[in-house]
Amino acid sequence: MLTADDLETLLLTFKVASITTLLLLLLGTPLAWWLARTHSKWKSIINALVALPLVLPPTVLGFYLLVLMGPAGVVGQFTTWLGLGTLPFTLPGLMVASVLYSLPFVVQPLQATFSAIGGHALEAAATLRAGSLDRFFSVVVPLSKPGFLTAAILGFAHTVGEFGVVLMVGGNIPGKTRVVSVQIYNHVEALEYAEAHWLAGSLLVFSFSVLLILYTALRTQPVAHSLK
Amino acid sequence: MTTIKARFQLDYGDFKLAVDLKLPGNGITVLFGHSGSGKTTLLRCIAGLQRAPQGFLEVNGSVWQDSERGVFLPTHKRPLGYVFQEANLFAHLTVRDNLRYGLKRIKHNSGTVRLDHAVDLLGIGHLLERRPGQLSGGERQRVAITRALALNPEILLMDEPLASLDFKRKQEILPFLSRLHQQLAIPLLYVTHSQQEVAQLADTLVIMEDGRVQALGPLPDIQSRLDVALAQDREAATVWQVIISEHEADYHLTRVEFSGGSLSLPRVDAEIGASLRVRIYARDVSIVLEAPAATSILNVLPATVTGSADGQAGQSVIRLVVGSQALLAHITRKSARLLDLQVGMAVYVQIKCTSILN
Repeated sequence: MLTADDLETLLLTFKVASITTLLLLLLGTPLAWWLARTHSKWKSIINALVALPLVLPPTVLGFYLLVLMGPAGVVGQFTTWLGLGTLPFTLPGLMVASVLYSLPFVVQPLQATFSAIGGHALEAAATLRAGSLDRFFSVVVPLSKPGFLTAAILGFAHTVGEFGVVLMVGGNIPGKTRVVSVQIYNHVEALEYAEAHWLAGSLLVFSFSVLLILYTALRTQPVAHSLK
Repeated sequence: MTTIKARFQLDYGDFKLAVDLKLPGNGITVLFGHSGSGKTTLLRCIAGLQRAPQGFLEVNGSVWQDSERGVFLPTHKRPLGYVFQEANLFAHLTVRDNLRYGLKRIKHNSGTVRLDHAVDLLGIGHLLERRPGQLSGGERQRVAITRALALNPEILLMDEPLASLDFKRKQEILPFLSRLHQQLAIPLLYVTHSQQEVAQLADTLVIMEDGRVQALGPLPDIQSRLDVALAQDREAATVWQVIISEHEADYHLTRVEFSGGSLSLPRVDAEIGASLRVRIYARDVSIVLEAPAATSILNVLPATVTGSADGQAGQSVIRLVVGSQALLAHITRKSARLLDLQVGMAVYVQIKCTSILN
């Protein structure tokens, strides 16, 4: 059975993943929009930076974040100056790391959807008296529903599954930064295979269900061959 | 009456636009030219969808762009209606909500009456609850036209609205456009590369070439100008506005009057006194020096030669006037030589057939 500790880590994990997903949608949407529309020479560089977490070992990302956010790092000195202390081994620090780690999983589906909408629908909206923000919310967002759904679910699921970054930045503090993936590791280290099974199994069932729901939803969505 | 003043300069390296024109504030003005001639770019500059670095645009006395003073009204603040080559309907909205999209964004909203009128005019009342995906290409384009009309714009812009449709769908929409012409008091700028649409719709014709205006004026004047490529085209024709004067039921004919006399047409189902557009292809006009004593051709009219030019491959293009109407004739260069046609000569033209445009 799942122990009280296990439940606590599960709850914490979902809390981190939910808030991270929300932050990612807020930050990722304008970023993806810019990437989908811009002809700037910076586009390639930003694209590469966003995709970096896909190829980097999570420990590498975690290590740099640890250094940057630590007392000697630029970010760490800034947060100290703000009176927030340093971020490593705190929940906010864990969230910052999660946002960066899952960024491509949110930005890339959104960027693909936004690119597919193209300029025609937006031009039509402009000739129908809609200003730019209005156009975004009345045309782009409804036509991008499948993209937002994909982005949110991938971002959430990927954050739930992170381990290396958490270990480097979050540590292993019960109730504060100890998430499911780390807890499973703890169980295995302690040779508590039964407990590890329960937790790992829950995560397996969860992940599969989420993806199943996603693909079912996407199949029944009227796909955005946006305009004709 | 001039109500649109447009001056644009734009340089994309391999494409340049340099125009300075005054357009009438009523009727249909057709921007005609080959692809790459700049007609669509000009229309987009007028709509503000593209911003010419140097430009001045005044519509109905209000300035929409003046690059010297840094004025540029964004598209959504311009009181215009725009119909694209593709209908560009919003796939996530029903036809009804597509039509309401623009109306909801107009401040002084008295739009429902206008919307109902536009829906009737374009005959789309039965489609309102459908999604754009469930419409045919022709129906989608009719919805797009209605959507633009419903805004009660000060000017209507259409960018090859029929180009992506097959022949049958075109025929389905053209009557609606002709009807707009009669019912609307606002100017319509219409981009096309189809001579058929020019003949059917244009009051004023603007011919674009290489980003410049090659000719601009009332349709009959421009159509019959020998220095414009249109006159050389195999499909070269002149359009006459005529009035029905008599039906000859026995012969299945209708007689129509115009400034230079009268014509017999195949029977037209319209009242006496009704106004018609007829098109006369240059290739259907032949020239004789004296009134033929006996000919099977019904339409023989006195005319005066007013100009000639070499056409393609052994052809001559002759410009004539019949009454006050200009007329083009394509004859062989040899015939022109044998008849010794000179400017000012009085001749007779035989018109083999005519086609009725509305």
